[in-house]
Amino acid sequence: MRKEEIEHLSWLARIELTEEEKEKFEKQLGSILEFFSVLDDADVEDVEPTHHVIGITNVFRDDEVEESLPQEAVLRNAPKREDGYFKGPRIL
Amino acid sequence: MKERFSGYELVESIRGGEVSSEELVLELLERIERSDLNCYITVCGDAALEAARRADRAVRENDRKALRKRLLGVPVAVKDCISTKGIQTTCASKILCGYVPPFDATVVRALKDEGAVILGKTNMDEFCMGSTTETSYFGPTRNPHDKSRVPGGSSGGSAAAVAAGETVLALGTDTGGSIRCPAAFCGVVGLKPTYGLVSRYGLIAYANSLEQIGPITQSVLDAALLLDVIAVEDPKDATQVKGVRRSFFEELRTLAASWEKEGVAKLKLRVGVPREFVEGVDTGVEKAFWAAVERLKELGADVGEISFRSMRFALAAYYVIAMSEASSNLARYDGLRYGLRLEKDEDWHTTFSKIRGKGFGEEVKRRIILGTFALSAGYYGRYYLKALKVRTLVRHDFDEAFKRFDVLATPTMPFVAFKLGERIKDPLSLYLADVNTVPINLAGVPSISVPCGLSDGLPVGLQLIGRHFDEATLLKAALAFEMAWKD
Repeated sequence: MRKEEIEHLSWLARIELTEEEKEKFEKQLGSILEFFSVLDDADVEDVEPTHHVIGITNVFRDDEVEESLPQEAVLRNAPKREDGYFKGPRIL
Repeated sequence: MKERFSGYELVESIRGGEVSSEELVLELLERIERSDLNCYITVCGDAALEAARRADRAVRENDRKALRKRLLGVPVAVKDCISTKGIQTTCASKILCGYVPPFDATVVRALKDEGAVILGKTNMDEFCMGSTTETSYFGPTRNPHDKSRVPGGSSGGSAAAVAAGETVLALGTDTGGSIRCPAAFCGVVGLKPTYGLVSRYGLIAYANSLEQIGPITQSVLDAALLLDVIAVEDPKDATQVKGVRRSFFEELRTLAASWEKEGVAKLKLRVGVPREFVEGVDTGVEKAFWAAVERLKELGADVGEISFRSMRFALAAYYVIAMSEASSNLARYDGLRYGLRLEKDEDWHTTFSKIRGKGFGEEVKRRIILGTFALSAGYYGRYYLKALKVRTLVRHDFDEAFKRFDVLATPTMPFVAFKLGERIKDPLSLYLADVNTVPINLAGVPSISVPCGLSDGLPVGLQLIGRHFDEATLLKAALAFEMAWKD
């Protein structure tokens, strides 16, 4: 995997990497991808993918209002907050 | 005070007033304090003592309702990826340091409802990503059998704590072997339940289509008892399967009592050994494994061989799926609602990118980036979709095997516990350690690791695998083996 690819992927994943990490990952990710390439040999043309091993789909429940956590409990862990809101960085 | 307590006997002793839960908890807290194994990230001394006193009071006052609680006064350690109300829950990550959940995971609620005493939160690989507990932000846990070696992972703190007598029972989680691997390396019992048996509500997700919470204990009976307690039906987990059998302990205990008197009865059990799971295993481990299989034969098991053709692809498929799910699940860590936040904010994307760069450890970054790659346009079909299809092949191999056999037996790990630092620098070599445990998670079947002797003085685990939701047969086979092995 090339350094530019790693930079692109780490940006997609929103993870800033140090130069040292980029160099290390260049080698390591390449050998892991090589290991994954064994999947190219799997003959699965007509095989259905498995999403849930037991095969559960569409689990519904009644749309009933239940008690939820109080606002203070929800906000307690927020590093930055203001007037009962989570405070994020500026968008523009 | 006794060095070790078995959980199911301890409940009786506490109920009968012969053992004080408070004294026991004090003793365990002292052991934890003195220990250099680093099993715990957080110890909840005061809350544990309060719960223990409550149990003792219930006994003194002959409180009928409390006396029926199945884990009254019994100390339990909980892996740090399981949410505990009011107790810091970090997933062994810097990004979650200081996070205190405002709610309990369903399994934790169930423990409390049954009178258990939560001793603390155990060390683990960061976000369950690892097989050694070395990727923890809080430093590695050490193997109680040899402190220069890893305890296995990712539930290494839980397994080491049980093995070292720093708790009576423990909860771990298993995405690709994270209960069974440390159980094998530390010489204790670890059970991964069928996918969908135990609620995952409040379990901080790594790869949600693969993982289950399960017991790590000193004995099969304790594992059954703890499983019974945590396997409650829960509307909050939509992937959980409702209406299946969820109680195993009582029957097993009756069986154990009669076997203790008359010896283990002949098993009417067909046991399959999948060839590919024994190939490439270290000589000492293989020797211990075949000796264990001999013991199963002596117990009356009808043993045969079988081939798993999907085995060649299983490990790669597992890692593609786990990393893909991780890249999506871990997108939530942005420092907005909880967790690490940097002093200075920049623009929206740069802020998050910096927080995640500083908050995640190296292995977590590696997996998120590879998962992002496997899901990205142009590669989705080659990696992720392909892996999901291989998953179907693996399920098919298990379906075929269970037409001929009731239980499958393999070595849990291909080798015994290795030295701290020995493999951590080469991630791929670590992934290869999971070769025998991951197919079980891909198929969602239940599996247990029980100790089966030593190789080079270190514990070896026997892995038994059962049909979906047939924990009853699996636990019975494990119990029979355990009792025969100890004789």
